[in-house]
Amino acid sequence: MTSLLEVEDLVVRYLVPRGIVGTLARRPKRRVHAVEGVSFSLERGEMLALVGESGCGKTTTAHAILRLVDAEAGSIRLDGEQISRLSHGALRPLRRRMQIIYQDPYESLDPRFRVWRTVEEPLLIHGLGGSKEDRRLRVVTALERVGLTPPDLFLDRYPHELSGGQRQRVAIAAGLVLEPELLVADEPVSMLDVSVRAGVLVLLDRLRDGGLGVLMITHDLSTAAHFADRIAVMYLGRIVEEGPSREVVTNPQHPYTKALMSVVPKPDPRERSRAQILRGETPNPIDVPPGCRFHPRCPVAQDICSMEDPALRAAKQARSPEHVAACLFT
Amino acid sequence: MSTLLEEPGVVVGAVEERRRTVWSILRERPATLVGLTVLSAFVLIAILAPVIAPSRVHERVGSTFDPPSPGHPLGLDDGGIDILSLLMHGARASLLVGFGSTAIAIFLGSVVGIVAGYFGGRTDMVAMRVTDYFLVIPDVPLMIVIAAIWGQSLWHIILIIGLLLWTWTARVIRAQVKSVRERVYVKRARALGAGHFHTILRHVLPQIEPLIVANIVLTIAVAIFNETALAYLGLSDPSVISWGKMIKNATDASAVSAGAWWAIVPPGVCVALVILSCTLIGQALEDALNPRLRVSFLAARGFRIRRPEQG
Amino acid sequence: MSDPVLSVADLNVWFDLPHGGTLHAVRGVSFSLAPGERFGLVGESGCGKTTSILALMGLLPPNATVSGTILLEGKDLLVGGESSIRPRRWVDVSMIFQGAMNALNPVKTVGSQIVEPMELHEIAQGADARTRAGELLELVGIPAARADRYPHEFSGGMRQRAAIAMALACEPKVLLADEPTTALDVMVQAQILDLLVSLTTELGLTLALVTHDLPVVAEVCERGAVMYAGEIVEMGTVDALYHSPRHPYTRLLFRAVPDLLGETEVVSIPGVPPRLDRSLEGCPFRPRCDRAFEPCGSVWPELRDVTGGHLAACHLNDPSYAEASS
Repeated sequence: MTSLLEVEDLVVRYLVPRGIVGTLARRPKRRVHAVEGVSFSLERGEMLALVGESGCGKTTTAHAILRLVDAEAGSIRLDGEQISRLSHGALRPLRRRMQIIYQDPYESLDPRFRVWRTVEEPLLIHGLGGSKEDRRLRVVTALERVGLTPPDLFLDRYPHELSGGQRQRVAIAAGLVLEPELLVADEPVSMLDVSVRAGVLVLLDRLRDGGLGVLMITHDLSTAAHFADRIAVMYLGRIVEEGPSREVVTNPQHPYTKALMSVVPKPDPRERSRAQILRGETPNPIDVPPGCRFHPRCPVAQDICSMEDPALRAAKQARSPEHVAACLFT
Repeated sequence: MSTLLEEPGVVVGAVEERRRTVWSILRERPATLVGLTVLSAFVLIAILAPVIAPSRVHERVGSTFDPPSPGHPLGLDDGGIDILSLLMHGARASLLVGFGSTAIAIFLGSVVGIVAGYFGGRTDMVAMRVTDYFLVIPDVPLMIVIAAIWGQSLWHIILIIGLLLWTWTARVIRAQVKSVRERVYVKRARALGAGHFHTILRHVLPQIEPLIVANIVLTIAVAIFNETALAYLGLSDPSVISWGKMIKNATDASAVSAGAWWAIVPPGVCVALVILSCTLIGQALEDALNPRLRVSFLAARGFRIRRPEQG
Repeated sequence: MSDPVLSVADLNVWFDLPHGGTLHAVRGVSFSLAPGERFGLVGESGCGKTTSILALMGLLPPNATVSGTILLEGKDLLVGGESSIRPRRWVDVSMIFQGAMNALNPVKTVGSQIVEPMELHEIAQGADARTRAGELLELVGIPAARADRYPHEFSGGMRQRAAIAMALACEPKVLLADEPTTALDVMVQAQILDLLVSLTTELGLTLALVTHDLPVVAEVCERGAVMYAGEIVEMGTVDALYHSPRHPYTRLLFRAVPDLLGETEVVSIPGVPPRLDRSLEGCPFRPRCDRAFEPCGSVWPELRDVTGGHLAACHLNDPSYAEASS
C-alpha cells in the first residue's frame, strides 16, 4: 500500500537578490538553503508534526509539497504519483487532493465573502457540484463536519462577525469541501486564544478518522506531542530527529531535541526540569556550518562533528525502531 | 454537546466592523453630498441643454458684450450670443471630454495597474517603464503636434487627455493591488487552484473598487481642467463650444478691457465648481480608504481621571 | 506583605466608543507587588491585562477614563494625572511593550535609543550615558561594542534584549513586561525568561509579566493573577493556581493547555467572553462555567480570600452557599 505522501531528498533554495551594486560588482550569488534534503512519508489517517524554530524550513517544506514554491531537487509523491515536476496546469486537478489551512484566521478569509461563498468557492474553482442545491448541500455538510452547527446560523455571516476559532473552522470547512486526502495545517491555532485552541486541534484530530492525512507545521512542541502521531524535528533545513511523538518527547535522542524539550515551559510549577538553554540563535540559512549543522551550538560536539554530516538513522537508545536521529553519537 | 453552546455566533468584542461601501463612505460626510449634488446638477443641465437653453448656440440676440438683463441673466458674449445658453451647451463638451478621457484613462490605468501589481516581477518592471515614459511626455507640445498633423477635433482631445492621464491611475492601482496580492486570502485562493482570472475578478477587484471610484472622480477633475486649458490655447475643436473656448473667445475679444466680466467669470466659475465637487467626492473616498492611524496607546496626557463618587 | 513596592487598588478603566457608549475594560482590579517579586498576570485576549498595565504607566489614549489608586513606593501615581506620572515614568516603573522588538527606531543606533531616556530624565548625559548604555547591553547579554549597530542588524532575540536594556535605562524599581516572549522561538524564549529571572535576583527588580501563556507564568513567576472580562478572578501562588485552583476558569484554562509530557485530555472552553460595553449581571464567567449554580446568575462574586493569600471570585468558595453548590 503506497503512502499517501512520500517526500525524498527535497531541496529548496532561494536566491538572495543582489541589488544593483551587487550585480555590478559581480558579487557571488548567495542562496538561502531553506530545505536541504528532507525525506519523510505520511500515511492515510496519520498526523505528522513538523516542528522546529524559525528558519528551520518547516513552512518551506510544506509549501513545496503543495507546489506553492518550486523545489530545486528531490521528489514528492502523492499517492504514488510524482508531482514535483508537474507543470502548474497539470497540477490543478491535484490541488483538489491537497489543501492548506493558514495560520491567521483573521486574514485567511476574504472579508467580503459570506461564509457560504467562502466554502463554496473551491467547488466553483474546480467545477464540482453540479447544481446550486448540490453545492449548498456540500457546503452544509462541510460546516457540520467542522462543528459549526446548526449550519444555517453561519451560512450568511461575514468573517468579522465570527470569533477567531469560528473563522478557523470556516477555513477548515473550505478546505474539506473538496474532500482532499492531504491537509496541511500551518500553525493552525497559534493565533487563537488558549481556551479555543483545543477545540480546533481536536477537530483536526478527528478528521484523521476518515482517512485524511494531516501534516501539521508548528513551533509548539506541546501541541505536537499531544495531537500528532509522529514528530519530525527540523533544524536548518534538515530533519534531525523523527519518530512516534511520545517517543521523541520523552526519550529525545538528538542533542538539539533534548535541549528543546528541556526548555519548553510546563504548566505545573513543580515540574521545572533543568533547562538546557543553548547559547546564541539559529544561524542564518545562508551560511550553513560545515559538517553537522548543529555542531556550533551543540553541548556535546566533538571535533569530528565539524567534518562529518550525519545522516538520519536508527537511534541506539530509542525504544522504537522508527525513532531516528541524525547524530554521530546516538 | 451542542455546538451552539460551544461558540455561539455572537459578535466578539464591543464594536462591529462596519462594511465600507462607496455609498456608506459618502453618506458619512455631508461635504461630499454637496459635491455629488452639484456634479449631478451639471450633468443634468448638460444632458438637457438643447431643451432648456433659452437660445441656440449661434443665435445672435443682441449686440457685443451686452450686460446682464432680465431676459439674459448672464449677458451676451462678443458675438451677441446669450451666455447662459452658451454655458449650458458648453457643459456638454466640457463634461463629455472630462468623462470620455477619464474612461480611457481609468480603463488603461486599471488594466496596467492590475497586471503590474498582480503579476509582479518582469511584467511589473516592463509596465512601469512604459508608465514612466508616458509620464514624461509633456501634454501641451504633444497636443500642438497632434493638432498640426491630424487636425483639431473633440475626439483627438479626448484621446490625448486619456492617454496622458492613465499613468497616475496605473501607479495608484498597482500599489494597492500589490498589497492586496499579499493578503492571505488571495494566496489561499491561489493555493486552492484558482486561476489568475478568477482570483483577480473575485478577490482583488472588489478590494480595489472603492479606490478605482475615487480615482475616477479625481481624474474627471483633472481631465476637465486639461480640456479647459487646451481649449483656451486654441487647440480644441473650433466648431465646438466649451467653457474653455468661451474664455478664449472672451479674452480674444478683449472682454476684460471692455469690462465685460460676464463673458469670462461664469465659465471659469463653472469649471471651478465641477472640479471642486469632483475633488470633494474623490478625496473623501481616498481619505476613508487610508488605513487610519489608530489612536495609539502612547498618546499620553490625554486620559481622564474619575474621582470615586462621594458618599 | 510588608511594604509592597507597587500597590493597585480598585483600578477601573473605561473607553469611550466611537459610536457612543462606553467599554468598561478594567473592572476594579487590585493587587500588590512585593519588592523583587515576579508576578504573572494571565488572561486571554480582551481580558484587560494589557490595559491594566498601560494604566500603571499612564499610557492610555484620550478616550480613556481611569479611576482607582496606584501607589508606587507609597506615592499615588494617578492622583495628578499626567503630571504626577510623567516624572516617574521609566524612572520608577518602566515597560516592555508587546512586540517591542519590532518597534525599535530603525534609523537610530541601539545605543542611542538606550541613552535617550537617560538624558530625557537627566539620569546621565553624553559620554557617561553612553558608558552606562554599554553596561546595560552587557547586562542583557549583548556585547557593548554593538551599541553602534542598528536594530536591523540584530536578530529577534537580541532586539528583545535591547528593548529590555532600554526599559532598564533609568534603573526602575518595577518592570512591566507585556508578552515579552510571544513572538519568539522556544529556545530564545527560554533565554529571555532566564534573563528576566536573573535581573530580578541580581538587581532586585520587581517584575510583572503579562501573558496569555500559562506555562510561562508557571516557570518564571512566584505569584500570579488570572484575569477574565476585566476582573481578577483568582490570585495566589502559581503552585496553588495549578494544583488547587479555586475558580473554574483557572481550572479550565489549565485543562485547555497541552502539557508536553502529560497525557491528560486537552479540552477547550465553550463559548466566548462577554461583551464589555454592557453591564454584566452576576458572574461574568457563568455562561461558560461547568459548575455554575443558583446565585451565579444574579449575584456578582467578589474577589475574596479563600485561604491565606489565595483569593478567588467564585461563589463555590463561599461557605454560605455550601449547601446549594454541592
